[in-house]
Amino acid sequence: MIRQLLSGDYPRSRALTVVLLLILAGLALAPFVFPGTRSLDVAAKVCVFILLVASYDLLLGYTGIVSFAHTMFFGIGAYGIAIAASRLGPTWGSLALGSLAALVCSALLSLLIGILSLRVKTIFFAMITLAVATFFAILASQLSGFTGGEDGLTYKLPELLLPGTKLFETPLFGVEINGKIVSYYVVFFGAAMLFLALLRVVNSPFGRVLQAIRENDFRAEAIGYRSVIYRSVANCVAALAASAAGILYALWLRYAGPDTTLSFDIMVDILLIVVIGGMGTMYGAVVGATLFVIAQNYLQDLMKLASDAAVGIPLLPNLVHPDRWLLWLGILFILSVYRFPAGIVGKLRAGK
Amino acid sequence: MSQTKDALRVPGPDKIPLALIPVIALAALPLIPSLPTWVTLTVAGLAMGMMIFIMASGLTLVFGLMDVMNFAHGAFITIGAFVATSVLLPLAGWTQTDSLWMNLAALLPAILAAMAVTGALGLAFERVIIKPVYGQHLKQILITMGGLIVAEQSIHVIWGPDIIALSKPATLRGSFIFGDIAIEKYRVLAVIVGLAVFAAMFLVLNRTRVGLLIRAGVEDSEMVESLGYRIRRVFIGVFTAGSALAGLGGVMWALYQETVNSAMGMQVMILIFIVIIIGGLGSVGGCFIGALLVGLVANYVGFLAPKIALGSNILLMVLILLWRPQGLYPVAKR
Repeated sequence: MIRQLLSGDYPRSRALTVVLLLILAGLALAPFVFPGTRSLDVAAKVCVFILLVASYDLLLGYTGIVSFAHTMFFGIGAYGIAIAASRLGPTWGSLALGSLAALVCSALLSLLIGILSLRVKTIFFAMITLAVATFFAILASQLSGFTGGEDGLTYKLPELLLPGTKLFETPLFGVEINGKIVSYYVVFFGAAMLFLALLRVVNSPFGRVLQAIRENDFRAEAIGYRSVIYRSVANCVAALAASAAGILYALWLRYAGPDTTLSFDIMVDILLIVVIGGMGTMYGAVVGATLFVIAQNYLQDLMKLASDAAVGIPLLPNLVHPDRWLLWLGILFILSVYRFPAGIVGKLRAGK
Repeated sequence: MSQTKDALRVPGPDKIPLALIPVIALAALPLIPSLPTWVTLTVAGLAMGMMIFIMASGLTLVFGLMDVMNFAHGAFITIGAFVATSVLLPLAGWTQTDSLWMNLAALLPAILAAMAVTGALGLAFERVIIKPVYGQHLKQILITMGGLIVAEQSIHVIWGPDIIALSKPATLRGSFIFGDIAIEKYRVLAVIVGLAVFAAMFLVLNRTRVGLLIRAGVEDSEMVESLGYRIRRVFIGVFTAGSALAGLGGVMWALYQETVNSAMGMQVMILIFIVIIIGGLGSVGGCFIGALLVGLVANYVGFLAPKIALGSNILLMVLILLWRPQGLYPVAKR
């Protein structure tokens, strides 16, 4: 059972298994163990980012291509829900239609970009996706009639998912089961299922070919695998998974805007998580995203304390200012690329 | 070897891309209602193109020679702009008087300081960050992105997160008026500086021994090394010079926009990438033509249909890639 769920790709380290089980338990029981709006928000964001980063790992870690358009697909998913829900009303039908439209749109766009630029070098693809993603973000903020522009879109969801809806008269384990908790579990199970699906993809024969292409595309081609086709399909699968993450995020936030989905900052976050967590491991996405999102929400409070304490010393308050935490992550990122390319997961596995 | 192609071959046999510039300029003429507007837009486009060329040329040459795409190049642009701001703001008395010489006396040290700082940073960046990952494209992209994050955050630490206003020197404000036609003085200066940089680069690459080594290195660096030249030194020199040019471009761009903020480098980088892709990765001549094309198209479309200005550049890139999948002047090695 477990073997089939994990597609035979076990954590292969006792420490890593413990960490993963802790994360799984924490996320599965989040509404009961960590009640409160903020912590539930953090937990939902962790779920979404695990899926988003895992889908990026399929590209970067397994196929060896760098895309800067991942947030674009994330945004397409979120805007698909947002536009459908705000135009067609908060019904399940409109959500399904919006999701379907977003997925089709992502699939077509990713195939188009792939065909245009995947034949050539990694660098070329990275540059093209960067340009296209920037253009898309500008487009989303310019077409304000359609996307709500810089303000984004706020919309209603079907009643079952609204915080005001109570499912049971009596609280369960001291927690009232309302629509917010239902939507949390939609996000949780959606992300978990898609994560396991991605794990299946990378451990399938198809995933092996991707790794062969990453290691030596010339040789893979010589054995008879058309690397363009494999890369394009991988790009498409990753784009679809990113859109699904966007759909889940939009269901959770009931808001879609450029800052929450399309901005380049999120692209940088994804890169940081995937590299620090561990490229080409899938579990790196889980560990990385959990640490990152929790740090993003709670470490900054700590840095604020440090920054306030360091007032009076030149430059130091600026260095530990809460807004500067990316500086330290950036340094950690560079060190990871040099020193431990398999990231945290690689370290844990080496330690056994 | 008919296959052999130069990194810099504007005067070579292939002149079709060169003809694109007048073709696009003339094609825009009937669309734009009045001739003076067209002249203003054309000059603006050329000026913008020249500034982009200054910033992009170093990057494309570095790529051609060392096969390194430096995603942190934008950070050098930003740092150049900030260093110049730090020099110019205390000298506000000199820049705001009506004497051209006083203005230049403030501007020149600012530019030199910016170029010196970005050049030195480029040298350090090459030694510390890029040197260990030569030949590994994936790691290069990741490492230079990491460098970009750290550099942007360091700018915040040193200069603070706010947008700084930076006004042009007094004598460079305003326009030259010829009849109905108004041409901003600063744009003329940008065109002159851009042409000077292009000419200097052209002469160095085609008329000097170092240039010969660089061109040979673009072609086949192993062969140059086996002939007894230390190609690594040429690499480092080119990287430093390219970073210094990014600093120069950053100063020019900041004075053009009259504001400085930490995200400016990244914003221009999108245009720079489009230019480099259009020109053919590694080709300086292609980069020059690509920059002018992007500048012109951005200004014409910005006037005719402002909403799709950036989209027009993407469209231009796609069209050119459909015509020549490797860019205008493909570099033979790749």
